[in-house]
Amino acid sequence: MTATLNSTPTLPANDADPFGAEVLEDPLPLHAALREAGPVVHLTRYDVYAFARYEQVHAALVDWQGFQSAAGVGLSNFRYEEPWRPPSLLLEADPPRHDAPRRVLSRVLGPRALRRLREGWLADAEELVEQVLGGGEEFDAVSALAQAFPLRVFPDAVGIPQEGRENLLPYGDHAFNAFGPSNDLVAEGAPRVAELSAWVDAQCARDVLTDDGFGAQIWAASDRGDITPEQAPLVVRSLLTAGVDTTVHGLSAVLYAFATAAAAHPQQWDRLREQPSLARVAFDEAVRWESPVQTFFRTATCDVRVGEHVVPEGRKILMFLGAANRDPRRWADPDSFDLSRDPSGHVGFGMGIHQCVGQHVARLEAEALLTALARRVDRIELAGPTRRHHNNTLRAWESIPVRVRLGRR
Amino acid sequence: MVHTLTGVVGTEAGAVSADVATLRVTGKRLVAEDVLTLDLASPTGHRLRDWAPGAHVDLVLPNGVTRQYSLCGDRWDPFTYRVGVLREPAGRGGSAYVHGELDVGDLVGVGGPRNNFPLVPSERYLFVAGGIGITPLLPMVHQADLLGADWRLLYGGRRRASMAFLDELGRYGERVQVVPQDEFGLLDLPAFLGAPRPDVKVYSCGPAPLLAAVETVCADWPPYTLRTERFAGEELTGPVRQAPFDVELARTGVTVTVPADTTVLDAVGAAGVEVLSSCRQGICGTCETTVLAGEPDHRDALLDDQERAAGDCMFICVSRARSDRLVLDL
Ligand code: HEM
Ligand code: FES
Repeated sequence: MTATLNSTPTLPANDADPFGAEVLEDPLPLHAALREAGPVVHLTRYDVYAFARYEQVHAALVDWQGFQSAAGVGLSNFRYEEPWRPPSLLLEADPPRHDAPRRVLSRVLGPRALRRLREGWLADAEELVEQVLGGGEEFDAVSALAQAFPLRVFPDAVGIPQEGRENLLPYGDHAFNAFGPSNDLVAEGAPRVAELSAWVDAQCARDVLTDDGFGAQIWAASDRGDITPEQAPLVVRSLLTAGVDTTVHGLSAVLYAFATAAAAHPQQWDRLREQPSLARVAFDEAVRWESPVQTFFRTATCDVRVGEHVVPEGRKILMFLGAANRDPRRWADPDSFDLSRDPSGHVGFGMGIHQCVGQHVARLEAEALLTALARRVDRIELAGPTRRHHNNTLRAWESIPVRVRLGRR
Repeated sequence: MVHTLTGVVGTEAGAVSADVATLRVTGKRLVAEDVLTLDLASPTGHRLRDWAPGAHVDLVLPNGVTRQYSLCGDRWDPFTYRVGVLREPAGRGGSAYVHGELDVGDLVGVGGPRNNFPLVPSERYLFVAGGIGITPLLPMVHQADLLGADWRLLYGGRRRASMAFLDELGRYGERVQVVPQDEFGLLDLPAFLGAPRPDVKVYSCGPAPLLAAVETVCADWPPYTLRTERFAGEELTGPVRQAPFDVELARTGVTVTVPADTTVLDAVGAAGVEVLSSCRQGICGTCETTVLAGEPDHRDALLDDQERAAGDCMFICVSRARSDRLVLDL
């Protein structure tokens, strides 16, 4: 075995900073370079390994035995470093500890459980769209729709009080920054961490939550012993961390896609108007195309052979979900947002045992918003320069000014 | 040890969906009187669907009979399932077929794994197994041990020679009490379970009389302490169909025929009706489709027994039809 290891060809290396402002502004060139360099690349700046091709990213996502999450899914290695908050019982856990919280949350957020929310969310989306259109035909799609809609329905669905909801986005933003290195983005968030964490933790207590939301159902599972009462608040916290910013940027992505596609392919929006059932496909295609969650790390549990190279035990691997979702080895014409494509199998929600447990919630939010918008609007286009929001993990928008044309009802 | 990262992916045009619903028998071993284990693996070398202790699979035997078996192998090995099968004198097409006819190399259909008997978190566990009821408890004790929980297993059987996995249990020493009836008589449940306490979970699997006895002893224990799974000897439903079937898409007004080697998802897609999917293994829930008429043959790992019985939805990436025709809300 040693002989084989010694004769290993040189590992391709790249010294770019995947968390630097330049890459966060436009990660596509780095993604292409990493994919081209090989199935595994050494990122010298952080001394970690990288997978950017679909095949390796997908394989690592499903291979929880070889690629663990419990040492953290950020750059920080929990084997040696203290996490900034108690680790997530889902995202940052391996089987067997991952089993029980995952099982509970899969039920609470499963497609069957969401049926009771559907009507209400569709009505909420219509109301919001009505309100926004009432203010004129030009608006910022990020604040007016992509942020407004999840903030309107999701905290209610979890069951947290009205007060303090403005803390959700900054908390999530910090949590997703914290998966990266402690760079300027993390430093900017640092002064508010204690205050925001305290607020979020307080919302997870049983007596703060309404008695019919996701939160209450998680606590009810602890009454049945499916999880322990000590675990319940941390499982609620998972929803508040992972469920808001992700959907905001996912919705921004699909709105941006339609608004920019408008120039080249206005028929995409027409197709959605004719066939509202395409809303789900459109959203998943946007999640593939933009990959709101760009990256997550894993840690090798043993020496793992990847092609001709070996990732040594205990080392961190950065999986570029966004690069995998645009790998030309897997996707035809990957850079185009194409409603006639089948986006199934993209890794924007991950894959395997950690695959996004909230994906059905995200899809229902998107379906509601897109359906309501398509009903009222027959054209959507950019109305000015767009602005990115930088985050170490998320591909995000600060502003997407759009102009819409009202359609006949 | 060097672990190899193996990816199986297709291109957009031909997404490889590993056929997770058909496995090959790769091992068959007699492990006790009338008890054998089967090893199952993907004929194409793919990973199998993940599972946790307490899970079972539905095996669709080559003679068309479907039976449920608890998984009793190692979940850290993603390529192999192991099930234990007791030859039942009264059994018709199931266990007798597995013992007598099924051979290494044969293909079997697989549904699930599904788990109605999950191991919930606890600092202390008491496990009570009767006979072949040891199968779901075997991976549980392994896991409890790994987690450093305080646990004990009481394992009863007719005779020592009829009791499977005694060798594997040997390494746990004192934690395991093996009680063959011909040597020691019936299990002394009150002595084993002791006084009610709040920090214990009791798991039991075995024949109905054993479960009834455990339930009686635990009657005064805090609610949700006891979790049981009956070792179901009975056959499930009638034979599944191997023949093609028709799927009528009610909203589109199209009917497609689904041949044995095509998934409903692909057949529907070929007819131009796009249904979003993700895992293509019946585990993520993305392709859930409403069933308006007909009887689905569920092969997913998501629906519980009640939801299956309701028959109002299916996951078309893996599930098929028992009836000649399905009507879907597509
Ligand atoms: C477009 C929106 C969303 C995207 C792109 C997204 C993306 C992801 C990804 C990539 C993972 C996998 C992480 C890994 O493998 O390490 C994940 C996991 C997770 N997501 Fe989402 N997510 C979204 C929405 C949501 C929502 C709405 C919720 C809550 C309702 C949620 C809750 C979670 C949780 C709890 C996990 C951890 C699951 C586990 O480790 O078992 N997400 N998400
Ligand atoms: S695609 Fe995941 S259940 Fe069918």
